[in-house]
Amino acid sequence: MEKGISRRSFLKSGLAAAGAAAASTVALPASVKAAKKTELATLIDIRKCIGCEACVEACREVNAKKYPTPSKPYPKMYPSGVKVSDWSDKKDVTDRLTPYNWVFIQHAQVVIKGKKEELTFPRRCMHCQNPPCADLCPWGAARKLDNGISVIDPDICLGGSKCKDVCPWKIPQRQTGVGLYLNILPSLAGNGVMYKCDRCYERVAKGELPACIEVCPEKVQKIGPRDEILKEAEEIAREIGGYIYGVEENGGTNTIYVSPVPFEELNKAIEKEDGKPHFRKVEDSMAHADNLAKAMIIAPFAGLAAAALKMVSFAGKDRENGK
Amino acid sequence: MKRSSFDEAASPSSRLRPLRILYILTLIILAFTGFGQMPIFKRYGISSIPGMSWSADYYSTHYIHYLGAIFLIALMAYAATEFLASRRKHFTLTKAGAVQIGILSAVVATGVFRVLKNLPDVVFSPGFTMFIDISHLGFMMLYFIVALYLLITGRKWIRPVLK
Repeated sequence: MEKGISRRSFLKSGLAAAGAAAASTVALPASVKAAKKTELATLIDIRKCIGCEACVEACREVNAKKYPTPSKPYPKMYPSGVKVSDWSDKKDVTDRLTPYNWVFIQHAQVVIKGKKEELTFPRRCMHCQNPPCADLCPWGAARKLDNGISVIDPDICLGGSKCKDVCPWKIPQRQTGVGLYLNILPSLAGNGVMYKCDRCYERVAKGELPACIEVCPEKVQKIGPRDEILKEAEEIAREIGGYIYGVEENGGTNTIYVSPVPFEELNKAIEKEDGKPHFRKVEDSMAHADNLAKAMIIAPFAGLAAAALKMVSFAGKDRENGK
Repeated sequence: MKRSSFDEAASPSSRLRPLRILYILTLIILAFTGFGQMPIFKRYGISSIPGMSWSADYYSTHYIHYLGAIFLIALMAYAATEFLASRRKHFTLTKAGAVQIGILSAVVATGVFRVLKNLPDVVFSPGFTMFIDISHLGFMMLYFIVALYLLITGRKWIRPVLK
């Protein structure tokens, strides 16, 4: 245990800086490049994470150009109870998700084989296979890409925070005073732009690794076609008697965690509040839409059949009345 | 022309009342739950009205919107079948009716694409996604403006065939 802690401390101070500073671009694995239309998933092996925050630093560095630069003072909003979400003076916060921090390290004190241990793991957008944020965004600002990455377009988003409300993990974070709403009805509709991990989709499109994966000194994360990632997660889980999160959650996510302790235990051990997502079981949020879509196919035939039945019934009456 | 029981039941415009009431009720439900897909009911206190807290729950309004859409499609198929099979012998579609059917079809078509978008494994291009999202709302608003205008000017969907 002690050895583990000192190793963590050493790596935290040393490798984190070295990792974050690494500017070399590591390419995506060949299987990823070959499968452009395939959904890509990331595997996060919780055992390997040392909580050095190299991923957090790399994410902030690579994505800094996408961070909001709000104009102040913010427009007066109506009704007066509408709250401003301002993180522009708290850009340094790294212990939760914010518009300026798209990945953070979560901590959990757990017992593994009778020993108390602290586990650390990166948390960010789960990149659902059928993301409710993208499905239910009223403007098409949130969307899922062919390769399974879900993104929010900052040029279109009005900051209504619907994506956050429908997200089972409440991932997207709002910054007021930026975006399209300022040019429409800033006092009456919209409230900024929502921000979250976009899994460095431009880098992935160029065949590069997302920054958090590239920089990790412990190779905690891996990216690849979802079926391969699942296979690997199952192998690790079998090998260590571990547990997997993300296979069924919300109908399946493109972020797969493998843990040496059950996720129910991890969930109990982590801090859960706004910007600090849970590890609960999550039912498929969009299952109702899938089921009702099937009913929608039947609807025109039902209407047609009802009218036909009515006509048949009247024809029967005519025969009885000798018309 | 020999009139069947179906024709007799179908022809008087007063018999259309139940269909019309169902249609208007469905449109009201669809419009309310459709507007509820925008983050406005909580902001503007609609969900604070006693008994209306559900209106701020996007999943509830979405579910009801889908149910309403299913009912509307069934109703449209019913009305179209009935009209083509019988009512058109005695009534003809007016220009006002044709315009409303045209806009309503556009609302339904864009709605169907929205339903497709929400299925797993269906990914549209960013431009098309935005187009169907905004045009669905746009066509619905256009429909209400046109329907209101036609209501004020007293124009009906159908008129009796002159013999």
